[in-house]
Amino acid sequence: MEKELRLMKGNEAIAEAAIRAGADGYFSYPITPQSEILEYLMEANPFERTGMVVLQAESEIAAINMVYGGAGCGKKVMTSSSSPGISLKQEGISYIAGAELPCLIVNVARGGPGLGTIQPAQSDYFQSVKGGGHGDYHLIVLAPASVQEMADFVELGFDLAFKYRNPVLILSDGAIGQMMEKVYLKPQKQRSTELLEWATTGKGKREERNIITSLDLDPDGQEDFNHRLQAKYAEIQKNEVRYEEFQCDDADYLLVAYGTSARVCQKSVQIAREHGIKAGLLRPITLFPFPSVRIKELGERVKGILSVEMSCGQMVEDVMLAVGCKVPVKHFGRMGGIVTTPDEVVEQLKTIFSGGK
Amino acid sequence: MTEEIIIAGFGGQGVLSMGKIMAYSAVMQNMEVSWMPAYGPEMRGGTANVTVIISSERISSPIIRHFDTAIILNQQSLDKFEPSIKPGGVLIYDGNGITRHPERKDISVYRVDAAEEAGRMNMSKVFNMIVLGGFIKVRPVIKLEYVIQGLKKSLPERYHSLIPLNEKALIRGEEIIHEVQKSKN
Repeated sequence: MEKELRLMKGNEAIAEAAIRAGADGYFSYPITPQSEILEYLMEANPFERTGMVVLQAESEIAAINMVYGGAGCGKKVMTSSSSPGISLKQEGISYIAGAELPCLIVNVARGGPGLGTIQPAQSDYFQSVKGGGHGDYHLIVLAPASVQEMADFVELGFDLAFKYRNPVLILSDGAIGQMMEKVYLKPQKQRSTELLEWATTGKGKREERNIITSLDLDPDGQEDFNHRLQAKYAEIQKNEVRYEEFQCDDADYLLVAYGTSARVCQKSVQIAREHGIKAGLLRPITLFPFPSVRIKELGERVKGILSVEMSCGQMVEDVMLAVGCKVPVKHFGRMGGIVTTPDEVVEQLKTIFSGGK
Repeated sequence: MTEEIIIAGFGGQGVLSMGKIMAYSAVMQNMEVSWMPAYGPEMRGGTANVTVIISSERISSPIIRHFDTAIILNQQSLDKFEPSIKPGGVLIYDGNGITRHPERKDISVYRVDAAEEAGRMNMSKVFNMIVLGGFIKVRPVIKLEYVIQGLKKSLPERYHSLIPLNEKALIRGEEIIHEVQKSKN
């Protein structure tokens, strides 16, 4: 079947892609700047199309626990929110990670801390890639930089979630959520009716019933479990790193940016090159696992690295860890909902690495 | 070819939907497009604006501070965005309610008194289409036939009966827009 061309907001693209990916359920509570996901799904009424359940929960905490329940039954379930709402969901996310269940979580991030602002920000990086809730766990974190990727990463996210039985987070921001672009939508996929071996779908022919819990009071058992989790994360780091390079081959200076900032930096690279500065851009697509190996390789060739984020500098720490002390690594970012402009990044590149023309 | 456009005015003037129809028209013309609104409190009662980028190439940053063309529908927006037009760029504005007219000499200025015209023709709902008609006259990056196709695509079917009215407004906009000054750039 042909892919369908539409002009959509990032939020709408996620919603439609969820239906088409054969999602079983979506549970959420509205918050700007991502309410269009819930609104679109309510209006689309996918229950009639595919049997997908859409429910506005009484709170973010209720929504994530509905996801926990649906995931325990082996269903393709998802939730979405924006930064303050994602903070509320952290307990549930830790439980889902601890119970090794697949699900998709979308954060269309806004400025913080606290209620912050409704404008776009990337200040939830630490929360997304370093845990967020309690315990030694990781989410697989996908960072879309276009409306097309908002749609594509829904199916990819579900695939990864089920492959590793691990929650997957799409870390977007208000700019990509609200922006409209062309998007090619995939044809409708059937919802799966398969009963998964590990899921709580009734005892069936099993000798023992499945029990899903994140509780194990025996320290030895709990340590063994943690070793298993870490082995799984190592496997994810080996297999699932994704990134995109833009004019890195002959670059003297490397920009590292994801999501909206990566779009901005792509233009910065063009402007910098017009000014005679050979800049390149590495755009991490997965934030966990982080493309550390590739950044290390590029770090050995360039004179300086600038991490550009709409935050006070979070991903820059992972860039530094990747390259060690071999090359100067600096951060530039705007905060509070202000999106960096391409010119600003070029100015910073010139100022920070002065003499580097 | 890349055209970077800002449309700004009061919330409720159809700023965002004009941008959306523009974006749809560009899609119909098989071009790349991005539509980036200022969302949130700015929309409610205050000023609304949207950045539309139309390009023959993949669009890098959807967020920009300098524009080829500014379409301005109130005084606050004129004050805010007149300085953001690239030298040699185009400013299109509706004179309704404007007390301080554009002052820059290095841009081309066009005036389309759409509010007045919409009132006269008793079709205030398609005010923004009169403005859009003016735009496609002076910046023919999108063609009228594709705007009509874009309208068909973006409007729900139940509103398709209104397309002839929109077309009339677009054509009227093409007729009434006039040059105030040529860029000295």
